[in-house]
Amino acid sequence: MEKIKSLADLTNLRKQLQEKAVQNTNTIVNVSLGTCSIASGGQTALDVMKAAVAKNGLGSVEFTQSGCMCYCFAEPTVEVKIPGKEPVVFGYVDAAKAEAIVEKYIKNGELLEGVIPVNYQRA
Amino acid sequence: MEAVKKQIRIATRNCGFIDPENINEYIATRGYEALADAVTNKTPADVVNEIKKAGLRGRGGGGFPTGVKWEVASKYQADQKYVVCNADEGDPGAFMDRAVLEGDPHSVVEAMAICGYAIGATKGTVYIRAEYPLAIKRLQKAIDDARNLGVLGDNIFGSSHSFDIELKYGAGAFVCGEETALIHSMEGERGEPTTKPPFPAESGYWGKPTAINNVETFANIVPIMLKGADWFSSIGTEKSKGTKVFALAGKIKNVGLIEVPMGITLNEVIFEIGGGILGGKKFKAVQTGGPSGGALTYKDLDTPIDYDNLIAKGSMMGSGGMIVMDEDDCMVSVAKFFLDFTMDETCGKCTPCRVGSKRLYEMLEKITQGKGTNEDIARLKQLSVTVKDTALCGLGQTMPNPILSTMRVFEDEYKAHIEDHKCPAGVCSALLQYTIVPEKCVGCTACARVCPVNCISGKVKEVHTIDQKTCIKCGACLEKCKFDAITKQ
Repeated sequence: MEKIKSLADLTNLRKQLQEKAVQNTNTIVNVSLGTCSIASGGQTALDVMKAAVAKNGLGSVEFTQSGCMCYCFAEPTVEVKIPGKEPVVFGYVDAAKAEAIVEKYIKNGELLEGVIPVNYQRA
Repeated sequence: MEAVKKQIRIATRNCGFIDPENINEYIATRGYEALADAVTNKTPADVVNEIKKAGLRGRGGGGFPTGVKWEVASKYQADQKYVVCNADEGDPGAFMDRAVLEGDPHSVVEAMAICGYAIGATKGTVYIRAEYPLAIKRLQKAIDDARNLGVLGDNIFGSSHSFDIELKYGAGAFVCGEETALIHSMEGERGEPTTKPPFPAESGYWGKPTAINNVETFANIVPIMLKGADWFSSIGTEKSKGTKVFALAGKIKNVGLIEVPMGITLNEVIFEIGGGILGGKKFKAVQTGGPSGGALTYKDLDTPIDYDNLIAKGSMMGSGGMIVMDEDDCMVSVAKFFLDFTMDETCGKCTPCRVGSKRLYEMLEKITQGKGTNEDIARLKQLSVTVKDTALCGLGQTMPNPILSTMRVFEDEYKAHIEDHKCPAGVCSALLQYTIVPEKCVGCTACARVCPVNCISGKVKEVHTIDQKTCIKCGACLEKCKFDAITKQ
């Protein structure tokens, strides 16, 4: 890793990273993996989705992990960002639901039950 | 759920959005820019003034103005100063600090480095509970990655400021969240508090000036530096600025973390964001501030939530746990639960807390068993006030709060236990009686078969009876009966 030695270095790195994110045309599946999410089966949801993506030969899907999404009541939670669409957060993602997210939403854009509406502004 | 956006995410702005183990994702959200800008373009005094102007107050529960704390620490001259992050979150039902450390560890790392620059410290320590293994792993990775990238270490961003962070593990003592006890624990001593002054800002870790802030307090620093004090102070109430993260737990539909502007009402939190009470039951009370706080009730639904209003109601902000209770919760038992906790957690250094907690617990225990007297009520009140006035640290001084606040609002429940030997919520098993309603009993024998002590007798297809002397009030028969023939009173 190149060391950062000034504010200008940091700004350049940020711009590069943001550009890369804008150019990314993949669907990004972000699984909440805090202690609580893992305890309620977040890892299982991730494994099931990875297998389903491979089975369907969907090449343009990326998986990432994040921390707590703050919806304990709906854990495990998964956020799916399809390019050109608003990100959607699905709650209550058990193994069957994880499969359905890939088969229905990622493949064909059909929404499922259990979408958690955005009820906050980010600072 | 309401689509109205009542929540503003500042401390939890990145939680659930970025990969906590990938420093690049943090940098893409303007990470480390506030630190770079501070050490490049601002003086330490500028940073202190910005935080002071923002009106940020300690989110660990005390509510002390953060900028003032930093200013005091910056004024003392010493060869070495320290920044400490208090991540010893111990309140039952509070998990906001863990969520921040697991979801956005870099925001704490960056804020600590900014604090170091403001007060003139080159070393930081995070005191974190050993019970948070994933938070520890992610925080350690964040520190290592930041060091490898050069945003931590010597001469950050080409400036003369150097800063590095190490972790110290707490062993799960609640009292170590108190800053003086925390410092002793970090120095390898017993985790026991000492009297203040001197405050840590003057003489803290190894006797040097130390700024101690809670995780959530640090998580607010970077947004203030990036967006300015005026933006931050435009949110919240006159004396409590910004937002507060609450952990909604208990009998509420949408259990989870919420971050709301100060001054929001309990009504909005519980019924609009929280979705109301589970199973359509009646709302009774909310315990805020954990074992140090008090109960807010239906009378307080329209009170704006901020530091001063909660103290006026006999509760406190605490670290932000909100335990919601409904009609099935017995307030005497709730007070007993919290006393049981503080009785376990008292360090034993001062007598009022060590002995007082035990005596208070014994009296509550007596009342829940129906053996209480009216003298006990007077004695509870008197001892509570004595402990409050004489205990050494915050743990003891706030310990009687759950008792005092439940007594003030739910004195009738205490009276019911003492005078009528009844528990109105049907929780205290010593005061319950299970009886069979003869009109409804069909004599199916299901209850007799599940009774663990064989106290139910009766022939098949005839009315059964429960022998009250042998009954242990386990409730197995009530659950088994399909005909609603068993009542609990």
